[in-house]
Amino acid sequence: MSTPATPIAATPVVVPAVPRVPKAARATRRTELSLLILGMIMVAAYLAAVEANMLGKITPDFWVPAGLLGATFAALHVVIRFRAPFADPVLLPAVALLNGLGVAFLRRLDLGRVKAPEREALTIFTGDGGKQLIWTLIAVFGAAVFLWFIRDHREISKYAWTLGLAGIVLVILPMLLPASISEVNEAKLWIKFGDLFAIQPGEFAKLALLAFFAYYLVRKREVLALASRRFMGIDFPRGRDLGPVLVVWVMSLMVLVFEKDLGTSLLYFGMFVVTLYIATERVSWLIIGLLLFFGGAGLAYFLAETAGGPFASFGKRVDVWLDPFEDPHKSGYQLSQSLMGLGTGGMFGTGPGAGNPLLVPEVRNDFIFAGIGEEVGLFGLTALLVLYLLVVERGLRAGLTVRDSFGKLLAGGLAFTLGLQVFVIIGGVSKLIPLTGQTTPFLSAGGSSLVANWLLVAVLLRISDAARTPATMTLGGARQ
Amino acid sequence: MPEIVLAAARFGFLVLLWIFVFTVVGVIRRDLFAGSRAGRLVAAPRGVNVAAGARPAKVRKGRAAHQLVVTAGALAGTKITLGEAPITIGRAEDSTLVITDDYASARHARLIPRDGQWVLEDLGSTNGTYLDRTKVSGPTPVPLGVPIRIGRTSLELRP
Repeated sequence: MSTPATPIAATPVVVPAVPRVPKAARATRRTELSLLILGMIMVAAYLAAVEANMLGKITPDFWVPAGLLGATFAALHVVIRFRAPFADPVLLPAVALLNGLGVAFLRRLDLGRVKAPEREALTIFTGDGGKQLIWTLIAVFGAAVFLWFIRDHREISKYAWTLGLAGIVLVILPMLLPASISEVNEAKLWIKFGDLFAIQPGEFAKLALLAFFAYYLVRKREVLALASRRFMGIDFPRGRDLGPVLVVWVMSLMVLVFEKDLGTSLLYFGMFVVTLYIATERVSWLIIGLLLFFGGAGLAYFLAETAGGPFASFGKRVDVWLDPFEDPHKSGYQLSQSLMGLGTGGMFGTGPGAGNPLLVPEVRNDFIFAGIGEEVGLFGLTALLVLYLLVVERGLRAGLTVRDSFGKLLAGGLAFTLGLQVFVIIGGVSKLIPLTGQTTPFLSAGGSSLVANWLLVAVLLRISDAARTPATMTLGGARQ
Repeated sequence: MPEIVLAAARFGFLVLLWIFVFTVVGVIRRDLFAGSRAGRLVAAPRGVNVAAGARPAKVRKGRAAHQLVVTAGALAGTKITLGEAPITIGRAEDSTLVITDDYASARHARLIPRDGQWVLEDLGSTNGTYLDRTKVSGPTPVPLGVPIRIGRTSLELRP
């Protein structure tokens, strides 16, 4: 990547002439820009509707957050034009819209927290909305830096072992730190830097571990796919090949027990099993994975009921899930409020700014989907879910099309992880599965989650660029 | 704010949201279906890419091939009348000419009509396809009466 500084560099560094970007790529980028503009218009429309409902009038600078976000995303768009001209045109606008709606909804919550006469004085850089806006700038900057400097996704595989180690450290760190630094709302997932801000290392660990899994499985796929025993019509792997799967399983169970977080544990494990499945194309891995996970979760619940101890909080969550209205004022308060909020929203919602999302505790992060759902209704929520689905689909598509195995695994794994995370949190909020404290990607308040997820999008953009570049071209850097 | 404005904002936003979703779906759709024709975004496979609806080959009467004849091998004597559809040759059941030859691959080779000529293309077979004595590496036009060799089977184009 960098030019060798030593004068004894054997071969002169050939600077390739800037290749002309073909028509097809320019059309793709134009599509991306128009979708982006459409998305930002929608964020502005949302902000206007919020002001109309909450202030009783629309102030002349209602569009400013949308404009700032638009400028940020447009900057990333320019970087993509230079560094990933063939990248998928849908990823950036879809994610930008989700992120923009997140910022707008958080601003709406800020407005809801103060009394009506003081609302107009609230500038856009105050409260959660302002923080989220600044985090978005940082996160998009991170994504742009990644796209600018990493010209080929295969460069990531060079640092696979380092990333794997870093991932494990990031996972374990909050377990070891004292609760005063690492515990927020009973989940030990954090590293707090005073009262200033806190990061969730798990969000980054997700990416680092996935890069390592992809690298490891590319090298091991033959052994894992071929050496097998046939049982009931399905090929099962040999005992010794199960090793790494069991290691990850134990790790995710440790997360479950010591960090008291089912979601993260499910995420790590699901991520690994699915990457394994993509690498080997063997259904048996999915079966083994599901059995191990449900077995583990069932065992944890059984232990919670009988022994308690570190499992107690998990048991409590399952009980709340089974019947949130058993104790709707205390343990079941959050979930029952969320369900009632969604019910109030009904088909078309109460309208932006017209609901009472602040009745749901933690509506700014874990329960943001319930909060938005109250105001946009099932009709709007479905659109948001379809957006997530499309982002995941584009990620998987990039994985299918890209020509190297590492890229395939990485893109497939990342796209699946994003989908799984959306499933885990929205399933929790809507009482499909026990609630777990996950962030809703791109919507929830939280810097770590935004930065990590934008990095994920940057990797997907990079891989989709590689996948869609015609084979004869050498755009985007080192590819031949 | 009058009620009507609020209602318009409420439903207008939802409609916009879905317009965005459908625009995105439209982009993806164009990408999937147009990509194969106008300027493929993905690398084209080696060799020619004759779409099914491409303009029909101009068959010049007299010198054009009308039959594919198996001259040697287990199927010797078999004749296939040539039309405008490509002929696939291999061990796979859905091939136009299914040859049971140990040295043939499942999808071994294909013959494609192009501008009044038949073009032979190897589909990445294990043991290769030969036109007379030369191994076929890219799409090669096949003259009349020259043997195409696939494993122990030999084929010829006849008028």
